[in-house]
Amino acid sequence: MEKCYLMTAVVLLGLTVRWTVSLNSYSANLCTSCRYLLPGAGKPPMFGDYEAQRHWQEITINLPIKQWYFNGSDNNLQYWGLDYPPLTAYHSLLCAYVAKFINPDWIALHTSRGYESQAHKLFMRATVLIADLLIYIPAVVLYCCCLKEISTKKKIANALCILLYPGLILIDYGHFQYNSVSLGFALWGVLGVSYDWDLLGSLAFCLAINYKQMELYHSLPFFCFLLGKCFKKGLKGKGFVLLIKLACTVVASFILCWLPFFTEREQTLQVLRRLFPVDRGLFEDKVANIWCTFSVFLKIRDILPHHIQLMISFCFTFLSLLPACIKLTLHPSPRGFRFTLVSCALSFFLFSFQVHEKSILLVSLPVCLVLREIPFMSTWFLLVSTFSMLPLLLKDELLMPSVVTVIAFFIACATSFSIFEKTSEEELQLKSFSISVRKYFPCFTFLPRIIQHLYVGLLLPWPLPRSTGSGSAGPAAMAHGPSRSAACGIFLDRGMNPCPLHQQADSQPLCHQGSPEGHSFDSETSNLFIFIFIIT
Amino acid sequence: MAALGVATGGGNWFSALALGVTLLKCLLIPTYHSTDFEVHRNWLAITHSLPISQWYYEATSEWTLDYPPFFAWFEYALSHVAKYFDQEMLNVRNLNYCSSRTLLFQRFSVIFTDTLFVYAVHECCKCIDGKKAGRELTEKPKFILSVLLLWNFGLLIVDHIHFQYNGFLSGLMLLSIARLFQKRHMEGAFLFAVLLHFKHIYLYVAPAYGVYLLRSYCFTANKPDGSIRWNSFSFLRLISLGLIVFLVSALSLGPFLALNQLPQVFSRLFPFKRGLCHAYWAPNFWALYSALDKVLSVIGLELKFLDPSKIPKASMTSGLVQQFQHTVLPSVTPLATLICTLIAILPSIFCLWFKPQGPRGFLRCLILCALSSFMFGWHVHEKAILLAVLPMSLLSVGKAGDASIFLILTTTGHYSLFPLLFTAPELPIKILLMLLFTIYSISSLKTLFRKEKPLFNWMETFYLLGLGPLEVFCEFVFPFTSWKLKYPFIPLLLTSVYCAVGITYAWFKLYVSVLTDPPVGKTKKQ
Repeated sequence: MEKCYLMTAVVLLGLTVRWTVSLNSYSANLCTSCRYLLPGAGKPPMFGDYEAQRHWQEITINLPIKQWYFNGSDNNLQYWGLDYPPLTAYHSLLCAYVAKFINPDWIALHTSRGYESQAHKLFMRATVLIADLLIYIPAVVLYCCCLKEISTKKKIANALCILLYPGLILIDYGHFQYNSVSLGFALWGVLGVSYDWDLLGSLAFCLAINYKQMELYHSLPFFCFLLGKCFKKGLKGKGFVLLIKLACTVVASFILCWLPFFTEREQTLQVLRRLFPVDRGLFEDKVANIWCTFSVFLKIRDILPHHIQLMISFCFTFLSLLPACIKLTLHPSPRGFRFTLVSCALSFFLFSFQVHEKSILLVSLPVCLVLREIPFMSTWFLLVSTFSMLPLLLKDELLMPSVVTVIAFFIACATSFSIFEKTSEEELQLKSFSISVRKYFPCFTFLPRIIQHLYVGLLLPWPLPRSTGSGSAGPAAMAHGPSRSAACGIFLDRGMNPCPLHQQADSQPLCHQGSPEGHSFDSETSNLFIFIFIIT
Repeated sequence: MAALGVATGGGNWFSALALGVTLLKCLLIPTYHSTDFEVHRNWLAITHSLPISQWYYEATSEWTLDYPPFFAWFEYALSHVAKYFDQEMLNVRNLNYCSSRTLLFQRFSVIFTDTLFVYAVHECCKCIDGKKAGRELTEKPKFILSVLLLWNFGLLIVDHIHFQYNGFLSGLMLLSIARLFQKRHMEGAFLFAVLLHFKHIYLYVAPAYGVYLLRSYCFTANKPDGSIRWNSFSFLRLISLGLIVFLVSALSLGPFLALNQLPQVFSRLFPFKRGLCHAYWAPNFWALYSALDKVLSVIGLELKFLDPSKIPKASMTSGLVQQFQHTVLPSVTPLATLICTLIAILPSIFCLWFKPQGPRGFLRCLILCALSSFMFGWHVHEKAILLAVLPMSLLSVGKAGDASIFLILTTTGHYSLFPLLFTAPELPIKILLMLLFTIYSISSLKTLFRKEKPLFNWMETFYLLGLGPLEVFCEFVFPFTSWKLKYPFIPLLLTSVYCAVGITYAWFKLYVSVLTDPPVGKTKKQ
């Protein structure tokens, strides 16, 4: 590998950007996600995810494992109670041991609440960087090195773009979270499964789920892909053996992670209750998904009873997942797998219950993986996804790093993939989609042009602060008009008539998976435009 | 933004590189900044709120104005933008003032003025003759050179973390070099004259300019064997050069001459009262000299050759700029350093006069001047190594031998800048950026010269690899040992002595290569 040094340089650059972003402020002193509002005023501020992570370290090192997920005199679940799966708790414990070695005040029970200092910030930031360096970054590098049929230079460019994705950097190193751990494990899973190391892949993915339950967004494609592989090998022979092996791996890894909580039934149930708080609302304060967008016209949250909301969101999610998953089970291929990951994660994000704006990162990861195949659309989506988290980032005073990293990412993508030159329908892999749309709207021939205009419209409002929204709404509103009509076309297409897609799948197996995902892009962006400009 | 997309969309790698590094600079805004930040804020305040007659007399702050007049005018111009950011920073009495808007303005002023540097790099890339055009973009000398200059580690940390305006000053120097390469001598001379009146440290390389312009511009022809043809001297050219230098100097110093303040200005510009070494030892000859003195004094005390009561108490590395007396070896006076510097510069000047090799020879001489004065100068800052590193980048992509010297010089020179950033949050940044730059420069130059003999011999490789353990010891091991309280200066001492060895070696090797290099005529025949 003669170009090894360029890859090293890219990784070092990624690390430098990460660390410089982490010098900025974090989610402190502001109730950023407003999840646990204490009753009454005059209470100390609730802090943000930074305090949550610190609090988890405090809990895990000071309390016995049985009390971690239970409310008690020492563990007030109302105050950033542990609500992630056991692996997160173990990770917190590990960090807590290091923290105890450096300065026990950081994790002292009760007294350390709201602890903030420069040294502690440095420590917390370092834990994120180390976790990232150990799990996510190697996965990205390996993924890009294993890509087939492209030059070394392209591989390196691809790695650069993925490593510079601003959303993940800003949330992990600015806002403060450990998304790179769960996403990194998921990426290891994708790698393993794609290159026929199915057992290792499924093990890695189980770890991902056990780190963050949100990874369930990715679980269906994994399941369908592996099932499809088993079918392909023949359920009576090798396929069955593989299926048994996979099942054993998954069960074993889950048991291993949950071992301390399997001692009592109540323990397990309590953890599950903490992980899936169905009693929370349909969506959180500002999410760029269907429900939030729809509630601009109709306040679903207030009109419909709670369990019906749950049912509706479940049905919609399931229906939107179905076509892609069936297709993947019948024709398993690594490429199809990646596209299904995108479309499933997006379906969850758009339709499922209790979505958080940071969940867009779960969609962004698979989109990063298809960056090479559909550069224009992916770049577009990744930029929009970062934009959708802007309110959150503004609260954390991260405007400057956001703008800078977004521009950097845009330049990286633009120079490595020359995205502006590849905007014909074929290159966007939207051919089959526009053919099927043209069946219903014969005049629908201007898709690429719309997309180009949208792109400009998307980039315009970026540097403007929210208060000047009225000024920038003009061009963007003009731009999102046609896009919304495109989105309507999509839902007609997908909801009422999934069959044409399958007919085309025979003739164009590769393009097919691109199309449902292409739809989602349009709907996603139009949602965002409607959402952002009405909310602001 | 759309225009930006158009600019980069066409695979324009140069603007992508420049924009990329600009964005990195923007990310560095919240990092630590040194007292130089306050120095420049104070100068903004002085030039903005006081009449010109007070500029070089004002002494409310200890950071008095000690750069030549053009820099003062530059601060004056900046201050007219600064007032829209924060009026308070322009108050002379507002010592150590640093609001977030002040920070933003000062940082952006550095980033913005770096545009000149970017332009200069662009011009430099045009004038190097890639002797073999690589197949791929990343293997082209132009690409490598622009990365080496634009992403230079030293400039990034000195300008954008530590805080100074070296970027645009180096830009002026590179631009004038590029003009000389392009045979636009008058322009080159003008730019250098302007540069001298921005920052007088460039006086160190002035001999190279003077001799080169005299020899290769004022004399219009050579004899066939390369020696000088006396009757080809052009008075017109000499007079026009002199006129340019005179006019620029008149513009800069004229007002102060009229106010009868020249002595005061010069006393501010050349403060010989400061000590031999700067707060940190710059890795030069005097660092080795002082270290030897220290070792000898310790040995002398152990063996009872010296009387402890006679040893001066002032410790060289206590962190302040102060006078210092050597214990065993004779103490060094400013005059002695001046003589040493002149002696060190002379051979390269002779070489430039008697063995002219065109602009490339001039560039070598310029680097030797910069390095020699760095080696032997009085009160040298470790940042001054950039004066040699940046022009050396131009040479490095031309010849394997130069590339080898460049890599040793750059790596050790950059490492010696590490003590500038001593705060914990910046530790990862300096290590990551240093690794990024070093790995890139070594690997890319190795790829460029892969068909020639290896760039390093075993000794050089061993020396460069030794920087790693040194860093680990200084930053990660030493603070946890019991020596930290007793001998706090050990990391600094180790760093500067270790780097001094490398820089002396690079200086020596470059000198040897310049002196033994056959003249142009001969190489052409071969």
